[in-house]
Amino acid sequence: MIETEDLSKRFDDFWAVDGVSLRVREGQVLALLGQNGAGKTTTVRMLTALLTPTRGRATVAGYDVVSQPNQVRAVVGVLTEQHGLYVRMTAEEYLDFFGQVYRLDPSRRRRRSRELLEYFGLEEVARQRIGEYSKGMRQKLALARALIHEPPVLLLDEPTSAMDPESARLVRDQIAKLRSARRAIIICTHNLSEAEALADIIAIIYRGRILVTGTLDELRRRVLGAPEYEALLSAPWRLDGFPLPQGVALSSQEGTRLRFRVKDPAKANPALLQALLAHGAPVVTFREVTRSLEQVYLAVMAQVRKRL
Amino acid sequence: MISRRDLLPIWWIARRELRDQFRDWRILFPLAVLTLIFPLLMNIVAGEAVDFVNRYGGNLVLDRLVPFSVLIIGFFPITVSLVVALEAFVGEKERGTIEPLLSTPLEDWQLYFGKLLVGALTPLAASMLAIAFYMVIVSRQDLTMPNAHLMAQLLALTVAHAVLMVSGAIAVSTQSTSVRAANLLASFIILPVAILIQGETVLVFWGNDRVLWLAVLAVSIMAALLVRVGLAHFRREYLLGRELDTLNFRWMGRTFWRAFKGEARSPIQWYRVELASTLRRLRLPLLLVVALALLGAVVGFFWTRTYLAQWLAQTPPEEVKDMVAQLQEAADVAMPDFALSFPWIFLHNVRAVLVMFLGGAISFSVLGMLFFLVNMGVVGAAMAAVDLVGLSPWRMFAAGLLPHGVFELPALFLAGASILYLGAVLVTPNEQRTMGTVFIEALADWAKVMVGLVIPLLAVAAVVEAYLTPLILLWTLR
Repeated sequence: MIETEDLSKRFDDFWAVDGVSLRVREGQVLALLGQNGAGKTTTVRMLTALLTPTRGRATVAGYDVVSQPNQVRAVVGVLTEQHGLYVRMTAEEYLDFFGQVYRLDPSRRRRRSRELLEYFGLEEVARQRIGEYSKGMRQKLALARALIHEPPVLLLDEPTSAMDPESARLVRDQIAKLRSARRAIIICTHNLSEAEALADIIAIIYRGRILVTGTLDELRRRVLGAPEYEALLSAPWRLDGFPLPQGVALSSQEGTRLRFRVKDPAKANPALLQALLAHGAPVVTFREVTRSLEQVYLAVMAQVRKRL
Repeated sequence: MISRRDLLPIWWIARRELRDQFRDWRILFPLAVLTLIFPLLMNIVAGEAVDFVNRYGGNLVLDRLVPFSVLIIGFFPITVSLVVALEAFVGEKERGTIEPLLSTPLEDWQLYFGKLLVGALTPLAASMLAIAFYMVIVSRQDLTMPNAHLMAQLLALTVAHAVLMVSGAIAVSTQSTSVRAANLLASFIILPVAILIQGETVLVFWGNDRVLWLAVLAVSIMAALLVRVGLAHFRREYLLGRELDTLNFRWMGRTFWRAFKGEARSPIQWYRVELASTLRRLRLPLLLVVALALLGAVVGFFWTRTYLAQWLAQTPPEEVKDMVAQLQEAADVAMPDFALSFPWIFLHNVRAVLVMFLGGAISFSVLGMLFFLVNMGVVGAAMAAVDLVGLSPWRMFAAGLLPHGVFELPALFLAGASILYLGAVLVTPNEQRTMGTVFIEALADWAKVMVGLVIPLLAVAAVVEAYLTPLILLWTLR
């Protein structure tokens, strides 16, 4: 659905995006993470055919961003960094205008407009001027605009910024629904827990270059090493002479908590548990240690800074 | 082929903005004032001015001021609502609304014409309303209404002014990085049009309706060219990308020098490679300019032969003498000790070429070509005058013009072609270069032709004209 190969953009002497290669299939969400100015917005603008790549290529829903810019724009729904709403219009007029521009017939425009306003809880203020809306309401309306033509590809820049928790949940649910409806979605966000909850693929971009990309599990393994498992014991237990199964290493021991790094959990964990119990370890619980996207992100950024 | 379906988005964009404008009192209030109060004020002021002048022995009639007032009343609402056109793109950029709009599958020209339509509709509606209101005021007084023909000319001029100013403002809006910058650039639109209106006012008072139609045509051509320029250089990328308006003299100098010098390492190489490549680019403009020169000379010849004889027959000799003296004065040749010296001829010709360039640079070649055409017309007229006094124009051409014309005419053709080229590249879409780069490179091409060929040819021509042509002419006349 979205494919980029060596996608690059130079402004004067500065490479804003440098050799980005990504692939997002139908029904996948890719979270593009990075600091401000890392190249997220430039990448999205190239995928919307607003900026012409200096090097490389990109296709969106099968259309080339350079040679078929209007076809690309017709199949993409964009939520931009700024809401970009016409404040003197009402929400109804606003969605109708964009529906028209996306060539929806009047009955479909009305239906889509009603559905979206209802979904985002804006139906009661649909005839009020947008200038009177709160930040969160504006964000929801901007998202409704991106969805008005039911695009197969969505490029969302900070989709839940400025939203209250309830509205943010609504948006996340909508994104999850769209994923189920086989849409290809790229979200640019600083909200790591949101990315963790929504994304199938994560890409971390720094100074225009993709540092790492993959599923969260792949990134955890690649960046933080093999997964860790923790055995909680009911009483202190001495490890002396305990034969660790192959592919298992003890990573830490603090009181009644033992942590093991396991290369192949499917194979090694049953053997490890058996060995612990056989040697009389009073195991209460055995669980995987949670490693958040935030840890992955911070580790990646720390590695980069160390390299520089 | 453009279908109705393609044109509809233009109306959608215009309608949305019109709706916005009618909800903004800051746009409506000044327009209402200019539409309803300004015609009243104009009427009172014109009456007072006529009374004042007549009190001191003037012989002004208020009726004569009515067409002039129509022109002014039509002009003012356009200048105020120009603000809307000036911020058409850059205002949306500042408010952050441009990106969602640019991300839609609208074609560039649909976006552009949508903005142009809304930019022109409001000022035109205001102008027409103001003029209509003024005509109601005029009809209620003991004043003569302008005739239908003059009224049609005045309305056509007002429409042409509106389109010219709005198309200029939209072009400015696509190239500016902020509303402030666009507003600062507005003077580049308002001032030339104000000067233009002064010229048109003279034509209105003079009462030459044919020339007034020509003014309508010239303004319309300029407006069309401005639309073409704006569209040719409209880039979604620039609207989103550029943030700073810095006058980078170093970059300008570097770009100019790179285009002027090219890869040449010596003057000979420069002539052989760089100037030759510029001349190759000038082939088509050169052909057009030569055709234009022939046309100008032929029209000048026949027009003069037809009308000059009639005029001389009808005009008293004293008046003819006065006019000749005035013409001599205007052409700097009335001094008693005047002689056609080399420096005078050379500087006069260089000045003519520079005026042609300046006119062309501010009007996408239109004024430059007009000056060129007038120059060639004068050559034709001179030949016709020779014919009228019973001499052979061909013989006079061969003796009085050809010796230095061999050098001067190619120089003029080359200068004209480089000015035509400058206008042509500005109105031609160029994906790879900004408008600034295109202009500087075309300027470098003009400079190359000037330095490499035009000035040396004019210098040789001036030497021949000062020292050789008079001798040949005297010998021929004897």
